[in-house]
Amino acid sequence: MNVVNANSVVMKKLLVFTVVMFVFGFALVPFYEKICEVTGLNNLLQADTLVENPQVDTARWVTIELDANVRGLPWQFKPLQRSVSVHPGEMVQVMYEISNNSNREINGQAIPSYSPQLLAKHLKKLECFCFSKQVLKPNEVRQMPVQFMIESNLPADINTVTISYTFFELGTNNAAAMRDSGNRS
Amino acid sequence: MAAVDHDIAHAHDDHHPTGLMRWIGATNHKDIGTMYLWFSFIMFLTGGVMALTIRAELFQPGIQIVNPELFNQLTTMHGLVMVFGAIMPAFVGFANWQIPMMIGAPDMAFARMNNWSFWLLVPAALLLISSFFVPGGAPAGGWTIYPPLSVQMGMGMDMAIFALHIMGAASIMGSINIITTVLNMRAPGMTLMKMPLFVWTWLITAYLLVLAMPVLAGAITMLLTDRNFGTNFFNAAGGGDPVMFQHIFWFFGHPEVYIMILPAFGIVSEIIPTFARKPLFGYSSMVYATASIAILSCIVWAHHMFTAGMPAAGQLFFMYATMLIAVPTGVKVFNWTATMWRGSMTFETPMLFAIGFIFLFTIGGFSGVICAIVPIDIQVQDTYYVIAHFHYVLVSGALFALFGGTYYWLPKWTGHMYDETLGKWHFWLSMFFFNLAFFVQHFLGLAGMPRRVPDYALQFADFNMISSIGAFGFGLTQLLFLYVVLKCIRGGEKAPASPWEGAKTLEWTLPSPAPYHSFETPPVVK
Repeated sequence: MNVVNANSVVMKKLLVFTVVMFVFGFALVPFYEKICEVTGLNNLLQADTLVENPQVDTARWVTIELDANVRGLPWQFKPLQRSVSVHPGEMVQVMYEISNNSNREINGQAIPSYSPQLLAKHLKKLECFCFSKQVLKPNEVRQMPVQFMIESNLPADINTVTISYTFFELGTNNAAAMRDSGNRS
Repeated sequence: MAAVDHDIAHAHDDHHPTGLMRWIGATNHKDIGTMYLWFSFIMFLTGGVMALTIRAELFQPGIQIVNPELFNQLTTMHGLVMVFGAIMPAFVGFANWQIPMMIGAPDMAFARMNNWSFWLLVPAALLLISSFFVPGGAPAGGWTIYPPLSVQMGMGMDMAIFALHIMGAASIMGSINIITTVLNMRAPGMTLMKMPLFVWTWLITAYLLVLAMPVLAGAITMLLTDRNFGTNFFNAAGGGDPVMFQHIFWFFGHPEVYIMILPAFGIVSEIIPTFARKPLFGYSSMVYATASIAILSCIVWAHHMFTAGMPAAGQLFFMYATMLIAVPTGVKVFNWTATMWRGSMTFETPMLFAIGFIFLFTIGGFSGVICAIVPIDIQVQDTYYVIAHFHYVLVSGALFALFGGTYYWLPKWTGHMYDETLGKWHFWLSMFFFNLAFFVQHFLGLAGMPRRVPDYALQFADFNMISSIGAFGFGLTQLLFLYVVLKCIRGGEKAPASPWEGAKTLEWTLPSPAPYHSFETPPVVK
């Protein structure tokens, strides 16, 4: 039965290929992360490098509104000022405060979001609590800085921008938490 | 000795198991092909009822028939049912019936696995459809099941994910079967480059399936673990990336588009030479064009995501790679046209559907090239222009080829000629109502009407009403198709072995209806 043997050889090869493609689907995950890291497409967790002697445009004011949210974890999170006015090219530092209102230790990670979207290109951050996870002991309160600069080539029609941070809890099933909170509301 | 001879003599006749067990335990490629075709037709009607409910809601502005939640479930399920339940299994049904007969093989390579590939589809379909009846309802985030919506939905989503897993496993098994059959079981003398084009297109399609389906399985497995087991592949909150799902999904999704159209190219490439009474023009260029389309289809996925955020260099690459597909596709269209050129053409129903296919598929192909252009795509993304585009390639492309192929091979399958007059009515009504339903959607899309929305602004009212009338006409016309097929099965003029004068492939050397066991002694191809 030559054909039967030949058939099972082809089937085995194709099954191996199927398994390889299944693994390939998962391999795309680190592959995309690497691409984003190399090309700087999704650079949320690293500090930017600054050009030397940035030009400060003292004739221009940009208002930065600071926004803070928590999603699904028992923390309070707020900026110490609601907004700041800065010159493009000027180094700024603002402070945020988080407090853990629960009696358990919680790991949180802040994810930034900018409005308008275009701001992401022109915002250079040197220091941010969002670069690493924050671990808060029960009832701990912490003040954290963000140090940044808005580049002077920000388009002239933009006078007010918003920088927003949202804290998510790490190490739990966020999807389930989000579903549950969605069902409750 | 006499008893042994008796057994051998009986091994070759037409006896087969009877009753329900014939179908449940079926290992005969013709029985399994028949079950695939009926399954896909039932799913086609199911998805069609969803489509008509959608069009009924869109008949007038405002919310009249279904609430927005149900509307979203219907658009999502219409897509999933039509893609995974109707079009794909229908082509597998054709492959089961035709490939062994066209290459002179007695059956598929793995008959038992063939049975499994079909019967897995039934629980998968039930699981998918029954998601309508669980708390939270069926998936409603679009057939592309993008996170974050698909991560947040109720248990209907888990059911759909399992259904897709099962259907994917079934298609992979079916593809392995087809590849093995084509590679190992051809009649002596039938070299690869002598195979009928339908077999060629299915061979390439089967390779695309084993390449793409496991990637989909991976993507939805990640979705499942994100939903239930605390992983964060696509949760921005946990360091994951929802856009990455789109990349992985479309790495499957774009080859999937060609999985649904390449076998249609194959069917049309059989019908046109038969009714033009000329050999297919440019056979080898057709084979190479099919292979080029398949290869290109693997490197263009991100053209579905131009607005998801990507560097200009990426947009340019995917734009040009996509436009490149128009070249091998153009080769095919020109070859079909050249085959008809100065042929002795007659216009029986299969030929009408094949010509309708070329005409309308080309329109869909052109609107595809238009959508490939980044600045235009940014305008028409998620509008009815895209809906019109892919219905021109999937309905008047894949589905018309399926209709044409059904009429073409019905005499071989049933042993009777179908009713030619009713067949022609079916074609002309389908042609008219299809265009009525979908051509105006180009205008709606260009005017800015978004897809997946149950209500719309007043200026879209007229075109939507026209489109709904067309959709209902098209849907009802398909009942005529059901009637023609049933009538043909129950009786009609006796079909000769080769009812079509110009048909040259091996299946026409068998009597009609094709005997239960065919080519147990392989024919010799010169």
